[in-house]
Amino acid sequence: MELKEKLVSSFMAFEDTVDVHSSIHDIRTEAIKTFEEEGFPSKRLEDWKYTSLNSILKHDYSVFPKHENDIEFKDVKKYFIHDIDAYKIIFIDGKYASHLSQTTHDGLDVCLMSAALTKPKYKVIIDNYFNKIAAKNGISSLNTAFSYEGAYINIPKNKVVEKPIQIIHFSTGNEAAVMLQPRNLIVVNENAHVQIIERHQSLTDNPVLTNSVTEIFTNKRAIVDYYKIQNDRQSASLIDNTFVNQKQESLAKVHTFSFGGKLIRNNLNFYQNGERIDSTMKGITIIGDKQHVDHNTLVHHIEPNCESHQDYKGIFDDNSTGVFNGKVVVEKEAQKTNAFQANNNVLMSDKASINTKPQLEIFADDVKCSHGCTIGQLDESAMFYLRSRGIPEKEARALLMFAFSNNVLDSVKIPEIKNRITKIIANKLGVNIGFDL
Amino acid sequence: MLKINNLHASIEDKAILKGINLEVKAGEVHAIMGPNGSGKSTLAAVIAGKEEYEVNEGSIELEGEDIDELAAEERAHKGIFLSFQYPVEIPGVSVTNFMKTAINESRKAKGLEDMPAKDMLKMIRDKSELLEIDRKFLSRSINEGFSGGEKKRNEIFQMAMLEPKLAILDETDSGLDIDALRIVANGVNKLKSKDNAVIVITHYQRLLDHIVPDFVHVLHNGKIVKSGGKELAHELEAKGYDWIKEEVSA
Repeated sequence: MELKEKLVSSFMAFEDTVDVHSSIHDIRTEAIKTFEEEGFPSKRLEDWKYTSLNSILKHDYSVFPKHENDIEFKDVKKYFIHDIDAYKIIFIDGKYASHLSQTTHDGLDVCLMSAALTKPKYKVIIDNYFNKIAAKNGISSLNTAFSYEGAYINIPKNKVVEKPIQIIHFSTGNEAAVMLQPRNLIVVNENAHVQIIERHQSLTDNPVLTNSVTEIFTNKRAIVDYYKIQNDRQSASLIDNTFVNQKQESLAKVHTFSFGGKLIRNNLNFYQNGERIDSTMKGITIIGDKQHVDHNTLVHHIEPNCESHQDYKGIFDDNSTGVFNGKVVVEKEAQKTNAFQANNNVLMSDKASINTKPQLEIFADDVKCSHGCTIGQLDESAMFYLRSRGIPEKEARALLMFAFSNNVLDSVKIPEIKNRITKIIANKLGVNIGFDL
Repeated sequence: MLKINNLHASIEDKAILKGINLEVKAGEVHAIMGPNGSGKSTLAAVIAGKEEYEVNEGSIELEGEDIDELAAEERAHKGIFLSFQYPVEIPGVSVTNFMKTAINESRKAKGLEDMPAKDMLKMIRDKSELLEIDRKFLSRSINEGFSGGEKKRNEIFQMAMLEPKLAILDETDSGLDIDALRIVANGVNKLKSKDNAVIVITHYQRLLDHIVPDFVHVLHNGKIVKSGGKELAHELEAKGYDWIKEEVSA
């Protein structure tokens, strides 16, 4: 049975486990219909022209993995940013792992989507925010149809959350292949600040497909700093659908670090509903072998005097392939918009490739919009310069790659994350030098 | 220290060096002069191990060891230093971290531990004073936005940090005003000792007033066509290179 049919027929089994007499379930039912009609995206769609899901859809994924809870912290500690105090919302094969987590309801809600979707006290918030900005296309609808578990975060007005929140989804793959569909809802109220780190991590080499949807609402003057660390095994694939709705004077930053996984597709969408909003998207992609990473971004400038900044760096080795498709829409009312987009790439091998496509749709006449993409090789004269000073070839190459991607790290506000990313990069490049550039 | 025997080198099948013979002993300063396109910079790059050049014939020995097959970094570890005519800008890497990495990689190759941070800082302080370099400058990205003079001073700072046995200064005087020239030359003179050697590659005699050579060689069409003492440089300055070309073709 094809995965699509399997999922559609699994929906009935899923219905046995949830309250079908709720407004949420009406949304789910609508969503499964959309998925049934549209299915998984194919390369015929313009937005999916360079990314084929065929190779990852062929596995016989278990849609409801068995409850697995015998993972000990010491075995997975390395996947945490463990050198800082943090709230933790941890899942194993889609199920909440309370022994690895540290949630709270004390002055803010850092807890579970399953609770938010079922408990009456969250009903108003769910009615106001749930599925309000997630796309209604096939892939997001699939997640919506099965939406049940994930992180629910609600930061009240004026609250500055002192420690970051880590969301980690582990998959054990103890059953052959696993499909996970986490659903996150993050509401940051007026003038509140929060930092969030998200990671998906497979613990075995069995195939994993994660189709994740995250809705983030940043209300007036709120600040959200979001870090996605994608350094999974070569057997794990991720379709990340993230939607950020911003109100006036809010500031939202999403950093995406893509270093590992078989296929990664990041659908990252910002909607600016207010004036003087700042949206930042930055990413470093370093991949090799036959890995594939696709960044599909959208910034929708709807009102005047807003800014957006996009800066994506990519380094592609072996037979790896990359895609950057950055769409910026500036509505007629959105005068005085400043929108910047940069995508710089280095191809390390003749067989690696990148398709990069800026897409600007500007309907206002008083705006500053710029975009630039470059594809190049490592500068040979710089290599000789470094080597002539005694820095060996591998280290010299690593140093240049690091320097190339360094300005993306500049805006990382949590030093421990910066250190971690630095270590992952050094490890990936096979060098042991301290890059405190 | 350095012995070059009948060196032939080419790039993309174009012969540039056509039989160079040169011996440089410890404690000596050699100047290599010659008109544009004579092969001066190629000679420097080939000694430093630039891979684009192919050595077709002959050999380069450093302290009796053939270094032809060594990579650029291995030559650096053995004590060869090239001051670039056009130092490369490397955005994102600070001068300080560049030198830390270079020194520690060199130590690693010799089986030594990393230099303690305290010693490194002291060394950076001492050497930057020697070259009259503002230390703020060292936290900037390598050569990025540096003036011509700053780039060259930075090259000599790196030389001071790496303490090479053989330093090759490729057109270090180009782009320098007289004050910068004096600072650079003073730096080189202070680093000179009986145990190391310097090859100064230059088009003009002006740098040689400050770094006084023991020997002057004239390179023309890929060969050393004339050698002499420091007075040869003065003669070239007064008469130009044409008489040499005529002498060679005669």
